[in-house]
Amino acid sequence: MSTAAKKEHKSNRPERGGVVTFVEAIRQGLWEEMERDPSVFLIGEDVGSYGGAFKVTDGLLDEFGEGRVVDTPISEAAIVGAACGAALMGMRPVAEFQFIDFITPAFDMLTNYAAKCRYRWGAGIAAVFRGPCGAGVHAGPFHSLNAEAFFMNTAGLKMVEPSTAYDAKGLIKAAIRDPDPVLFFEHKKLYRLPRLREEIPEDDYTVEIGRARTRREGRDLSIITFGAQVLTALDAAEELEREGLDIEVIDLRTLAPMDKEAILASARRTSKVLILHEASRTGGIGGEIAAAICEEAFEWLDAPVVRVAATDTPVPYSPPLEEYHLPQVRDVVSAARRLAAY
Amino acid sequence: MKTTKTAERAGKGAKDKAKAAGAAGNGARESNGAGVAESGAQAFIFLPPPRAEALSVSDPLDERGELVCTNETTLTAEQMLELYRWLQLTRLVEEKLVNLYRQTKVVGGVFRSLGQEATAVGTAYALRPTDFVAPLIRDLGAVLVKGIRPRDIFAQYMAKAWGPSEGRDLNIHFGDVSKGFIGPISHLGDMIPVMTGIVLAARMQKKDAVAVAYIGDGGMSTGAFHEGLNFAAVQRLPLVIVAEHNWYAYSTPTSKQCAVANLADKAGAYGIPGYVVDGNDVVACYEVMKQAAEFARGGGGSVLIEAKTYRRKGHAEHDDQRYIPAGELEAWEKRDPVERYDRHLISSGVATREKLDEVLADVRREVEEDAAWAESSPMPEAEKAAYNVFDNSRVPPAFRPKVFGRDE
Repeated sequence: MSTAAKKEHKSNRPERGGVVTFVEAIRQGLWEEMERDPSVFLIGEDVGSYGGAFKVTDGLLDEFGEGRVVDTPISEAAIVGAACGAALMGMRPVAEFQFIDFITPAFDMLTNYAAKCRYRWGAGIAAVFRGPCGAGVHAGPFHSLNAEAFFMNTAGLKMVEPSTAYDAKGLIKAAIRDPDPVLFFEHKKLYRLPRLREEIPEDDYTVEIGRARTRREGRDLSIITFGAQVLTALDAAEELEREGLDIEVIDLRTLAPMDKEAILASARRTSKVLILHEASRTGGIGGEIAAAICEEAFEWLDAPVVRVAATDTPVPYSPPLEEYHLPQVRDVVSAARRLAAY
Repeated sequence: MKTTKTAERAGKGAKDKAKAAGAAGNGARESNGAGVAESGAQAFIFLPPPRAEALSVSDPLDERGELVCTNETTLTAEQMLELYRWLQLTRLVEEKLVNLYRQTKVVGGVFRSLGQEATAVGTAYALRPTDFVAPLIRDLGAVLVKGIRPRDIFAQYMAKAWGPSEGRDLNIHFGDVSKGFIGPISHLGDMIPVMTGIVLAARMQKKDAVAVAYIGDGGMSTGAFHEGLNFAAVQRLPLVIVAEHNWYAYSTPTSKQCAVANLADKAGAYGIPGYVVDGNDVVACYEVMKQAAEFARGGGGSVLIEAKTYRRKGHAEHDDQRYIPAGELEAWEKRDPVERYDRHLISSGVATREKLDEVLADVRREVEEDAAWAESSPMPEAEKAAYNVFDNSRVPPAFRPKVFGRDE
């Protein structure tokens, strides 16, 4: 299609595949699933005529109409509850939290209703609950949340967090097709990051939920991470390579159910493990990963499992404060050096 | 009738608003009403709070001056007998549950709806098989009217393997979508957004369905209730709330629960019509739901029905009701919905004493048979606890983990 024609129709049907940003990949995934399956619909605040606060759902209202793109009041508990009710009727809702920070008003409906329905009476809730997570954009304590630790302890919820455009499209499709509730975290820094632009396939593909991905193979030390911190890990690995260290980077992609086999395999390969996540250290999911490695791969370890994470504070607003709070490349580099030398 | 006109007006008002919005034309943005309003007369306007007095409906009396039910109904004699059967079934199932509880055969508590049975039975009876209900623990009558057998209820209360939850959850916390029964969870108010989603989906699927969510004076205080009803109302979805005003949320009287004198007065806050009905008059409950469901089904949107009733037993069997003031229970015993309906059927000539006794005997037989069936069920196999967290074809069951890869 010529550039002139593209400029005319701003919100037209996106191409399949091609070179896309992280957000475009998600939008393609949503669009294709809505075309493929009439039971898929969107629900959330400002997802319709505004196209979503981050424009993830831009164009979908014009294409699919108000019947399938529902703009709601400011009511996260009602959004989740209604998604669950619709799922009971056989629909496949994709509910949006404008920022993942606003998942907290829906904590009850997610953990008590969505998570437990199949267990209690066999009624699976095939719904996706998605939204922008993550810090590092000076958005302050209420627009920067990484929420995975809040939900990891709730049996019945799946959680995924892609870090590439390819995985974003594959995982949103897999999540929509999944028969159980899936929390889909999209790190907001990644949405339009030029570094993440990549060519993705034209054909209909999914990424299996529950499978981690080795982003970088190495023999000396494993960094287990996910989301935007995958980039921090890769940057640290590049720097460490110049010091002669061969770093393996595992992108979890799925946080629940976690790909324990991939984690243990990496631990056995390198014998030194560093876990990196952007959420605060205490009670973060790094502890769960570390415990699993200690229980099941202790004999292979040549050093304690180390965690690099944010400080135990709310996410601060002012850039120097936020930088202090969040894990930086230099934190990962220095921790890896010490771990390698152990 | 005044209430019908109000409902009609509200429905018309909603339809006019929709027309005006649609008149903006295809593709143009719907009018929000945010245009500058015509100038008023004062610098500010005062709106007084809703009425301070509790509304009460008529008390129909028979020739002997005793309380019966309303005569304004289209119910046939056959239907009226069916209603009687449902009322007695509800009461007798609960009596049996108390009986089993006292024999320590019940795992956990028993929650009676003594004195409230007419609300659940009457309202549920007015619905179609394709409508959905979300009863709470005091609405066993609605669960039974929707076609769930007493045997399932008994098996659930005794935590048996043959219960619909297979022991994974208790009493009526299960569902059967094919019968239009969506069981509750313990968190009150949570079912309102879920039922909103049911009818939202029905609209998308072009199915005709009304959703009825039951709630109490206490449950209406939760955020989930508010969010759910507000969403349904603004979307003009066919959600009918049956707010059972039974005066107590555990030990908390309405005076500590909310500031309105009538739960129906909350309807205005959502822009929807409300009804007040005698919750102990099963015929009136049927009639009010018939009207409300028709309104909702016809595109009028959501409705709030307040059923004035009373919870004669405690929150559960263990509750000794020490907080009840003297005389209150006795006053409401005189308004017992089952006795009252029994009297109504006889005095209005719909049924004879013999016929009603026959129905009662049938109900007793069914209750005994179903309780025996449930008692004969085994307890669930322990390892079954690991299954169904997720679809097990995708995620394996959560078996008890082995330490160092070995069992003890």
